[in-house]
Amino acid sequence: MGEWLTLVIFLPALGAIGLWAVRGPEAAKRLALAVTVADLLCSLPLWRAFDRTTATMQFVLKAAWIPGFDIFYRVGVDGISLPLILLTTLLMPVCVLCSWRAIDRRVKEFLASLLLMETAMLGVFAALDFVLFYVFWEAMLIPMYLIIGVWGGPNRLYAAIKFFLYTLAGSLLLLVALIALYFEGGRTFDIMKLMEASYDASFQRWIFWAFFLAFAIKVPMFPFHTWLPDAHVEAPTAGSVVLASVLLKMGAYGFLRFCLPMTPYASQAATPFIVAFSVVAILYGAYMALAQDDLKKLIAYSSVSHMGFVTLGIFVFNVQGVEGALLQMINHGVTTGALFLCVGLLYERTHSRHIGDYGGVARPMPLFAACLVIFALSSLGLPGTNSFVGEFLVLVGAFLTEPAVAALAALGIILAAVYLLWMVQRVVWGQAQPTLERLPDLSWREAVTLVPLVALVFWIGLYPGPLLAVMHHSVEHVVAQVGRNSLPGGAHQLVQWIAGGGAGP
Amino acid sequence: MSNDLSAVLPELIVSVGACLLLLVDLALPRSARAWLAYLSLLLIGAAGAATLAQATGHAEAFGGLFILDPFASYFKLLLYLATALTILLSIRYLEIERIHLGEYYAFLLLATCGLMVMVSSGDLIPIFLGLELASVSLYILAGLNRHERRPIEAAAKYFVLGSLSAAIFLFGMSLLFGATGTTLLDTAAAVLAHGHGGPVLWLAMIFLLAGFGFKVAIVPFHMWTPDVYEGAPTSVTAYMSVAMKTATFAVFLRVFLEVFGPIKPHWTAWLIVLSLLTMLVGNLAAIAQQNIKRMLAYSSIAHAGYAMIGLIVGGGLGTMSLMLYMAIYTVMNLGAFGVVILMRRTGAQGEQISDLSGLAKEQPAVALAMLIFMFSLAGLPPTAGFVAKFYLFMAAVNAGLAWLAVVGVLLSAVSAYYYLRVVMVMYMKEPSGPIELAWSPSAVAAIALILAVTLAIGLYPSPLVSYTQDATLHLSVHP
Repeated sequence: MGEWLTLVIFLPALGAIGLWAVRGPEAAKRLALAVTVADLLCSLPLWRAFDRTTATMQFVLKAAWIPGFDIFYRVGVDGISLPLILLTTLLMPVCVLCSWRAIDRRVKEFLASLLLMETAMLGVFAALDFVLFYVFWEAMLIPMYLIIGVWGGPNRLYAAIKFFLYTLAGSLLLLVALIALYFEGGRTFDIMKLMEASYDASFQRWIFWAFFLAFAIKVPMFPFHTWLPDAHVEAPTAGSVVLASVLLKMGAYGFLRFCLPMTPYASQAATPFIVAFSVVAILYGAYMALAQDDLKKLIAYSSVSHMGFVTLGIFVFNVQGVEGALLQMINHGVTTGALFLCVGLLYERTHSRHIGDYGGVARPMPLFAACLVIFALSSLGLPGTNSFVGEFLVLVGAFLTEPAVAALAALGIILAAVYLLWMVQRVVWGQAQPTLERLPDLSWREAVTLVPLVALVFWIGLYPGPLLAVMHHSVEHVVAQVGRNSLPGGAHQLVQWIAGGGAGP
Repeated sequence: MSNDLSAVLPELIVSVGACLLLLVDLALPRSARAWLAYLSLLLIGAAGAATLAQATGHAEAFGGLFILDPFASYFKLLLYLATALTILLSIRYLEIERIHLGEYYAFLLLATCGLMVMVSSGDLIPIFLGLELASVSLYILAGLNRHERRPIEAAAKYFVLGSLSAAIFLFGMSLLFGATGTTLLDTAAAVLAHGHGGPVLWLAMIFLLAGFGFKVAIVPFHMWTPDVYEGAPTSVTAYMSVAMKTATFAVFLRVFLEVFGPIKPHWTAWLIVLSLLTMLVGNLAAIAQQNIKRMLAYSSIAHAGYAMIGLIVGGGLGTMSLMLYMAIYTVMNLGAFGVVILMRRTGAQGEQISDLSGLAKEQPAVALAMLIFMFSLAGLPPTAGFVAKFYLFMAAVNAGLAWLAVVGVLLSAVSAYYYLRVVMVMYMKEPSGPIELAWSPSAVAAIALILAVTLAIGLYPSPLVSYTQDATLHLSVHP
């Protein structure tokens, strides 16, 4: 199966090369769609074959790359990376479809960038070698820079360079940190071995903060978030979707995969700081979202807020919190990606993202309105939708360690309800603007992009059991590595309780 | 004696070949000048074959004046690569610049020969001879276009400052001779290992450092670089920026790590300061440049600062990382200059960064190549530039200089800004008109080859890494 995983990673890159051979934008779109769908289909067997009873890496493949320095091509997945890989493969066909009409110049290059992105993102989640991880991690910047800078909005140059330099500065410290780990951890770049080695406290602190900077910028955590609204606003729809759904997850994934297991002491020492910034992010992001009248900016700030829940969940170090954080990563990917798609659909029709230009969209576009309402409700964490489960678990986890923090964070959910419902009210309901009367409703192509996401919203919201079962052992393992025990029985009971639809313990 | 001659066979091929080129030039009609280029390529190929045949051997010739080891062979192969690529890039460019002198190729080969002698020297005298042969050839090449002002100014500046640095270098050599009583590197190292020296030795070291520093363009000996790089014909600039730097770094390393190796703890701090200054000045000054040749000049200064990290660290890992760095730098820098050469066509300089506006729309393949060279120079994976920086930083961290690596990476984030500006202009600006490039099969072949190597090293560096590792094994380089 290791070869299979490699196929999933590199199939999009092959597709990107294949794009040079086809003629014309239409053929290129069809090829890109075929490649991403094929990649999705290829990734499904991983889900089936995944052994849910263990925390060890599965589908592992190891091949020599630079053996003299113990650098290998090592890939594999566990319960933390598998859901993220599937999220990526699921969203990429959606991204291709939503660019079908929106991208009208240099289509081939755009699709090639998108496909190369996919390979890099899948590689990040599957890499078990630190150098391989870093190569994928950085390689991703190049296509994303082009996607924002070439196909973006009017202020795209500024947004693209800001995105690039911000993330690059963070990542480069990661490079020094991973080299230091190589020498300290027994001259190996094997992530699994580096996790097992133990490091002294001062070294851990040093490594942790280098990691922290790279990952916090990517998440982005509160003081490092300023690139995000710019990048989101300027990026084309597909770029926003990739950015929100997958790229932001890499920061959180980094915390889970590297910080917690490799630098447990430093992670614990930094907890007050990170928890505080997470709460600030939740509240500040929501507060900023309240004030936006640009739809994309509103969703971008809501991302800052939602990702605050993710970092909060990770840094409470119990199974509930971490599992909730991981689930929330998937949820945020689905819901926020879908919201960006919705904004993109509107923008294609009216060329405006200004909330004030809308009103009464429900009348000409009932199907679209239904979808937007569903995603907005999901984003604000309505019970029965996916985000409820994730946010609930995070809050439970936070409550177990620090009730005050949980109470403050819960305020973020209320604020989310305010800004999202208000947005929905102003866009979907109310007096229909005369200019909007004739907007066409969802086309088949657009419906196809949204329907699977709607299904996911309800599937995870009503029956998260299968997803949590995949994550559970890996999450427990991470929590055990960081050295604090969860409350006895807590996780299992909770999983069962939620799987049962919340029908009493 | 015959052994000695077989050891210097590559040098013989190149130097005799250069003289041959001068003779052939007399016989050839002006329209058939391209044959000189092909003949030079043939000579470089022959020298390459000779070097490959002796690449794994260890030998000393002429009583230790000349060393043949894998380290020297490696740098010679790099020099052949640089020379061959420069020749391929020159053919059409010379026509456009109306440099119709057959001597161009002869001087190029003579410069290469000088650099080859340098990297194989086991003694201070041949180092100086090689350095001067290369320098004088380059002074002439820089001013070969004598109908224009800029090249003349560049050549004059280069000559005056270069001669000064040569004098300083020579003075340093004489002081070292005074302190140790020998010009042979290994004998001098043995004398110094026994603790002889004193202030004279310090002066010698500082003067030698200034001489090397001038040639590899480290701060504060870098002043000439932007002007000369801008003024010289682009193909000469390309050659100068890689070949001179590569070979001088090889000798720099041999002299400092072998001869001054025993007193290394005393001088590392100074070199660290110079390295920091070089990275800082190079990267910051490059941001403000509008002319791409000047930008690449400052970028090459910054790269010299990075490469010095390898020298400072020393030992197997430091040496190896420097060797890797120079190889990768040679390739990617030639690639960037290659695209600049393509931009030079009759009636248009094409040297301003803004001239590249909309290149991606007009010439997508060339723009893509330039994009990859720029990302490689910035050190991003999956290009070769990443591999180069990776091993340098690895060497630094291993030597307990993690902070130097941190400064290095932060400055390489700065450098990303100006490399990205080129990408931005190519991909995100509209073309002001149709962009015709000075196509020629040879230049296209050169750039395609460079592109392939840049990506191949980035994706699978293993062969090059293990080759450089092996080449450092026998060196007595002090960590």
